[in-house]
Amino acid sequence: MEMTGAQILIHYLEDEGVEHLWGYPGGAVLPIYDALDTDAKNLSHILVRHEQAAVHAADGYARSTGKPGVVLVTSGPGATNAVTGIATAYMDSIPLVCITGQVPTGMIGLDAFQEIDTVGVTRPIVKHNFLVKNVDELASTLKKAFYLATTGRPGPVVIDIPKDVQNAKSTYAFPQEVEMRSYLPITKGHGGQIKKAVEMMLSAKKPVLYTGGGVILGDASDELIELTRKLGFPITQTLMGLGAFPASDNLSVGMLGMHGTYEANLTMHNSDLIIAIGARFDDRVTGNLEKFCPDAKIIHVDIDPASISKNVLVDIPIVGPVKQVLTEMLRVLERTELSMDQAALDDWWSQIEDWRATNCLRYDSTGAKIKPQAAVEAVWKSTDGKAYVSSDVGQHQMFAAQYYPFDKPRRWLNSGGLGTMGFGLPAAMGAQMAFPDETVVCITGEGSIQMNIQELSTCLQYGLSVKIICLNNGFLGMVRQWQEFFYERRYSMSYMDSLPDFVKLAESYGHVGIRIDDPKTLQAQLDEVFSEKYKNRLVFVDIITDQQENVYPMIPAGAGLNEMILV
Amino acid sequence: MKHIISMLIENESGALSRVSGLFSARGYNIHALTVAPTEDDSLSRLTLVTSGTSQEVEQIVKHLNRLIDVVKVLDLTEGLHIERELMLIKLSTTGDTRDEYKRLVDIFRGDIVDVTATTYTVQMVGKSAKLDAFIDVIDPGLILETVRSGTVGVMRGEKCLQI
Repeated sequence: MEMTGAQILIHYLEDEGVEHLWGYPGGAVLPIYDALDTDAKNLSHILVRHEQAAVHAADGYARSTGKPGVVLVTSGPGATNAVTGIATAYMDSIPLVCITGQVPTGMIGLDAFQEIDTVGVTRPIVKHNFLVKNVDELASTLKKAFYLATTGRPGPVVIDIPKDVQNAKSTYAFPQEVEMRSYLPITKGHGGQIKKAVEMMLSAKKPVLYTGGGVILGDASDELIELTRKLGFPITQTLMGLGAFPASDNLSVGMLGMHGTYEANLTMHNSDLIIAIGARFDDRVTGNLEKFCPDAKIIHVDIDPASISKNVLVDIPIVGPVKQVLTEMLRVLERTELSMDQAALDDWWSQIEDWRATNCLRYDSTGAKIKPQAAVEAVWKSTDGKAYVSSDVGQHQMFAAQYYPFDKPRRWLNSGGLGTMGFGLPAAMGAQMAFPDETVVCITGEGSIQMNIQELSTCLQYGLSVKIICLNNGFLGMVRQWQEFFYERRYSMSYMDSLPDFVKLAESYGHVGIRIDDPKTLQAQLDEVFSEKYKNRLVFVDIITDQQENVYPMIPAGAGLNEMILV
Repeated sequence: MKHIISMLIENESGALSRVSGLFSARGYNIHALTVAPTEDDSLSRLTLVTSGTSQEVEQIVKHLNRLIDVVKVLDLTEGLHIERELMLIKLSTTGDTRDEYKRLVDIFRGDIVDVTATTYTVQMVGKSAKLDAFIDVIDPGLILETVRSGTVGVMRGEKCLQI
């Protein structure tokens, strides 16, 4: 069927099964917005208030559903506003397709109005990008973009479409197949390596599973649970991996790394075998590399060979999809005649239980001020631990990770790699759009929430009933904490002066605003926020918290995992 | 250690900048880089010279393989290989130096490809080290300009970089 490039795009997205398109119109995408009006049947477009939020929302949708998020923005500032969102998705390997308008091909390079070299600007922060110069190649390019975004190690893909290509005509048929000679995502881990790994696992005396976001991205939670329970090994999860293995299971020793638990970090540090699965030995996890786990051999399962031996040299690398590799490990385990040294494992566990008895996440909750930890715990209770929780970046993010234990994957949405303030609210919007009947919470701070506060307007327009939990301590808390520890309490620019009245602000956007400042009423007030009463309303909960509270445990920069500061 | 990394990349605009961008973004260095289409005009052959420990170079190769426009990568220095570089060097030559430089060019098996009353332009092909050696024997004050192609290379024998 003959149609314009803009129509081809809309028809393609519908044929691809895209449900939501997050975007903002502008000059260079007007033909697409017109085609959206004339041709779209099932595709719903959500008009955000800032392009950065469009990308974060699509990202939140992708993280919570596993399906690719799709974004549409205009050229120039539309594209550059989207850059932070794209980089956020890139650092966390989130599948996104971002369509950007571009000035007509004849004007490219002439410094035209709203022209920017989008392909050049986004090159270092995408899995791949395309500039479509010929309308005949549009459909096949879209197919490639979705294929690249969702396979292998996922990531964002940008497609830049000049306005004249949007207006030019071509025949459209949904491309059924895609082939790229230079891109062959690996489908199977090496059988011999997997066998060797299982043998090493069975001969370990102090093993630990260290798992990350790759388990969630690879939908391998079930396999991970089965393997972990079969082995009876302790498991620690990264900030990005939380939920892949149930936090409530006794085998879980909690999150590791800079603000990980005492038992998780010491289990890692003292282990003789680390089985790393879909994790990338990030600096926030390893601490000082020279002091990292001195006695441990390392098995590393990852779909991206470039992640293996990047920061830490490993003994058994296994390149492959986590789900397939874990399935194969289970099969090998079933057939092997080797058995574990159960006595050694029992000793190891009794050591770990000693560390766990430290109760490193304890805090003093007797004061007159609400502790941020207590606020997060109260949210966990009110939501029965079953909510989708997004966060921004800072102390509240760590408190959320520590005090809202997740039992299921894809429930915890946070910007782990890039650490983007302003991510929380739009990401929550994406999850709420995907799951209109579920409880979606955005745990944020008074600093972060102001970085995309304008999306309260989008939430009203589309009836997105996100519950915003703002831990308001009047400080950029994590900056303040570092200044207290490392800069002799010179709180340079970390104080948030002239804050708005968030209750009135929420009300002016047509939402419900509630302030909580009394520890005694905290739980009851939160119970009400999450009750039927507000089921279909966005509620902005401004919780006034203790200004001096710090995130513990903490591994200072340059220290090893065994050099934690406890409370 | 110096490594010669040879690759086939899609002959598309932007492919080269993806490769060079990777090197600058990850802090790897490029000593030399050369690229041109192959007999299959959908592919370009890119050769670059970099240095680092074998672990660093392994990481470079892994990151190159991750680029969508990179079809195949080979570290030539891993095995027996032939490497060549072309240099054009223009020398200021009058009087006595003309004979001397003619002899030196012969010793290095180069060719004088342009002559004027005051200059020789010398073409020389070989390993980079040989070209360096030639430059070393010339009085620096007499070198007017130097242009080098960057190293290209192939594996010896039947081993090839092909798709």
